[in-house]
Amino acid sequence: MSRRTIAFELNGESVTAEIETHHNLVEVLQRDFNLTGARESCGQGMCGCCTVLVNGTAVSGCLYLAAFVDGAQVRTVESLADGDTLSPVQEAFIEAGAFQCGYCTPGFLLMATQLLDENPDPDDDAIRHYLSGNLCRCAAYPEIINAVKIAARKRKGATAPA
Amino acid sequence: MTEARHEVGSQVGRSLPRIEARTKVTGRAEYTHTMQLAGMLHAKLFRSTVAHGRIKSIDTSAAQRMPGVHRVITSRDIRRVIPEPYYGPAFHDQPILAIDKVHYVGEPVAAVLAADPHVAEAAAALIVAEYDELPAVFDEIEAAKNKVLVHDELRPAGTFADLKHLKGRKGTNTALDFKLRRGDVEHAFTTAARVFEHTFRTQKVLHAALEPFASIADYRDSGVTIISASQGPSFVRTEIARLLGWPENRVRIKVPYLGGGFGGKLYIKLEAIATALSMIVRRPVKVALTMEEQFYTITKHPSTFRIKTGVDKSGRITGRKCEVYWNGGAYADIGPRVTQKSGFTASGPYDIDNVWIDSYALYTNLPPAGALRGFGIPQLVWAYERHTDIMARELRLDPLEFRRRNILREGRPQATGTIARDIKLEAALDRVAARLRWNEALERGAGPLRRGRGLAIAMKAVISPTTSVANVNIAADGSIILSCGTVDMGQGSDTAMTQIVGEVLNVPAESVRVTPRDTDITPYDMGTLGSRSLFHMGHAVRLAAEEAREKLKALAREVGEPEGSNAPISDLFRKKYGMQAGNIIGTGTYKPDYVPPDPASGATPNATPFWMCAAAGAEVEVDTETGAVRVIRLVNVVDCGRPLNPKIVETQISGAALMQLGFTMFEKMQIDGGQVTNASLADYKIPGMLDVPRGMESEAVAAHQSNGPYGAKGVGETATFCVSPAIGNAIEDACGVRLTELPLNAEAVLRALRSGTDQPLGDAP
Repeated sequence: MSRRTIAFELNGESVTAEIETHHNLVEVLQRDFNLTGARESCGQGMCGCCTVLVNGTAVSGCLYLAAFVDGAQVRTVESLADGDTLSPVQEAFIEAGAFQCGYCTPGFLLMATQLLDENPDPDDDAIRHYLSGNLCRCAAYPEIINAVKIAARKRKGATAPA
Repeated sequence: MTEARHEVGSQVGRSLPRIEARTKVTGRAEYTHTMQLAGMLHAKLFRSTVAHGRIKSIDTSAAQRMPGVHRVITSRDIRRVIPEPYYGPAFHDQPILAIDKVHYVGEPVAAVLAADPHVAEAAAALIVAEYDELPAVFDEIEAAKNKVLVHDELRPAGTFADLKHLKGRKGTNTALDFKLRRGDVEHAFTTAARVFEHTFRTQKVLHAALEPFASIADYRDSGVTIISASQGPSFVRTEIARLLGWPENRVRIKVPYLGGGFGGKLYIKLEAIATALSMIVRRPVKVALTMEEQFYTITKHPSTFRIKTGVDKSGRITGRKCEVYWNGGAYADIGPRVTQKSGFTASGPYDIDNVWIDSYALYTNLPPAGALRGFGIPQLVWAYERHTDIMARELRLDPLEFRRRNILREGRPQATGTIARDIKLEAALDRVAARLRWNEALERGAGPLRRGRGLAIAMKAVISPTTSVANVNIAADGSIILSCGTVDMGQGSDTAMTQIVGEVLNVPAESVRVTPRDTDITPYDMGTLGSRSLFHMGHAVRLAAEEAREKLKALAREVGEPEGSNAPISDLFRKKYGMQAGNIIGTGTYKPDYVPPDPASGATPNATPFWMCAAAGAEVEVDTETGAVRVIRLVNVVDCGRPLNPKIVETQISGAALMQLGFTMFEKMQIDGGQVTNASLADYKIPGMLDVPRGMESEAVAAHQSNGPYGAKGVGETATFCVSPAIGNAIEDACGVRLTELPLNAEAVLRALRSGTDQPLGDAP
């Protein structure tokens, strides 16, 4: 086993971590930075609970070696809110009731944010396909689809119709 | 408890967003699986590779030598600290680590402890165990023949009166046989115009909570603290105290949020091994499973249901005989309770004078089975509602009309003899029929694509008798904290409970805080299970808040406030104590009345405090060239009394229905020689976004549960009941195939379509 030091930007802040080369990104975030929003579930990249953005792209943090983020920009769900102000996607998830146990929610929030960055006005099919790589065992899927639509309206600055 | 006290105010009936919503969307909600304690070791388990065998040897030397390994543990080490390390809610049959024998593939045999979980995992792979393999039994019908015995001797826990007679019994795999006898079923069959008999089966499926099982134990001489993803902290405390021979006040169970439970995280799971390991190494120990390991921990009962029904000339059901075999796996867990409690309603939500029910819990050499969102009911409904539909077709009766002719109505005795009260069963059926426009012809499709529709109805007796206790604590500034043991695993219980407190004390629900579950603080609760919490804990919380309210009134009188004064609460405390000091604690305990069933007849005048009623309808399109089924519409209507939070109720209905859609259409643990061969989410698919039917409709019928808190009753499981038969019936309606076994995947449909043609499909490889 070999140890090394990595330096990267975590939610806008420059940080370093002492890691073993076999450690994955999720465990380093949890152990060294107390960020537990990205969580391991299936361990195979099938469920999306461990989603983290590396240089702006969503990765499965449980399969992504921490060593690979040396020099990279890393964003986690904890960066979505600005202090007490939630992002439009976070607000929309609350309004739509788009989660139950909440374990998968950070992954859905990051993917929904990325979807709306790419496609500000997605229809049902676009939402279903984009989020089909995230699993929710509580099956809050109908509410998640609704939340993404509400978030799209919020981001456009329009008031959500009742 | 008089109805007049249940005045409806502003808090109950609101669609308040979940009170923990901000914590969850900011990623700050804590789950056991992501928690860590200073100095903690991680445990990884070495598991059996044979289904049934005597352990000849366990070689841990290579694992022990690996750098970074703290210690390797087997049952020999466990027994030095816990001499009788067997646990379980119904039977004390499950060892912390296998002792002498293994009983299923995946059973924990040894544990490796290391600071780095990857080291522990790599070392566990170096352990070598040798076994003398024994014959194994996997099928529940085979197990009932007692040719291969899973356990040499039965060890009932003594908790349940109807299991005591099984103590020390040898030569059997039957861990409970529930009987119900009502009227004369054989006479009914001889005099019936038609008699129908079918056998239905269900498959083994998994809870697959996205937060896998996790427990962290920190053992000290003064006591043990366990952080655990548990649906029942009170039960865990009792069971750990029993294993250690300690009073309960030396065992502390803390439960953060749960990343899903669905019945899997009930009773005792990893808490026992985490405690034993921490006891041995005197450091905090975390046992956190992978998704794969969940397949070896607890599952849903496969079942075989033989059902026979006599019908008279007018289409009335006159008699029904049910034989249900539950495949409980190698350890009983709560299977005997599933067997008995679901046995109450195995004959379905129908008004039948002559009923015979035999329900058997069976040991097999498979991973254990327990409760999964319905406590056996979805397996039963699959059978009795497919059976009902097949009979209607044979009798050339409309399936809706046939059900209406036989449905159990308000005030009539259910099979146990208990009079059915507050059952909006027919109303739910009517709403499904209206939504499906049942009285209009369905567009049947063209070419290879065939459309059909189906219905189903069901009811369940909530598990009884169970107890809940709650405390409401009012601080001197008037702010309120609720302590209750109901675990919020996503069902929204914390939100509903604060709404009840807010209603009684006339404050906004959002202002009430719920303490984290901690058995040092949180009073007793039987467990978050079987859709019991809103009713039982809801009453306890209401009673606690009412007691606090009465104490506040007394305080107001004491400090000289006139009757009806609306002086702020903080003023009352200030007047009494001269400063912001003191507090008021209200306590509430609730346990409904119950009469256990007569052992010979299964009869009881009071089987349950409430009935959960469900109806579902499905429209499907079957591709008759491939067997693929598309569910176009899925309508679920439930009777949950009065929804205290309509939005959360709606999400409970759709979430339960979609979970059951997975169990209906594709989920199946593939097992080969006792080995699960698809133990990963790559190979075992659970429903995703693309599986949600376009027409997904959920409704709670207008209802009021007369003995419920504010007219409410539970809803967590209700929408699972009817999904499978509604879809199975729709498939038969679409293309005429008569499926009797879940799941209803393309292969099953295509095999059925091709059987009896000149192009039958060959056997599966």
